[in-house]
Amino acid sequence: MEQELKDKIESLIKSENVFLFMKGTPEMPQCGFSAGVVTTLKQLGIPFGSFNVLSDMKIREGIKEYTNWPTIPQLYIKGEFVGGHDIAVQMAQSGELLKKVG
Amino acid sequence: MTIPEIQKKIEDGLPGCKVEILDPYRDGVHIKAVVTFTGFAGKGLLEQHRMVYATLKDELKEEIHALALETRSE
Repeated sequence: MEQELKDKIESLIKSENVFLFMKGTPEMPQCGFSAGVVTTLKQLGIPFGSFNVLSDMKIREGIKEYTNWPTIPQLYIKGEFVGGHDIAVQMAQSGELLKKVG
Repeated sequence: MTIPEIQKKIEDGLPGCKVEILDPYRDGVHIKAVVTFTGFAGKGLLEQHRMVYATLKDELKEEIHALALETRSE
């Protein structure tokens, strides 16, 4: 992976305590799974930053390689990859997500 | 790729696992796989999902757009 792309991804991940790579925007998600993570975070009152991968093909493909995770959305907490939609929802239900956000 | 094909891929990749595929919208596209595999024991959710994804490595690049996962160790 190009260093420039990697740097860009890393700076995004570190830009907020909780960061979401998603399809669309929190106001207008373009996929059901992205919408699901946004709803989950909002319900728990967790502030988050986001990036719309549909606006940037390089990031869209790069993030999959960076994390070695084939799908989007991807959720990061404190710079660490947490998982996709199903994991985020499951962690929210168990209370683990709030604990992790701290 | 059909639902039985996806099921077989996962079963072949994780020998002895039990796979249930749900198609809640009956569209054959937004599907959910419930995978029960003793090999998940002691592993975190992230690792469990990675193990399932690994069995569908090529398919996830193109064909499968929406695969929800639920993993259980028993």
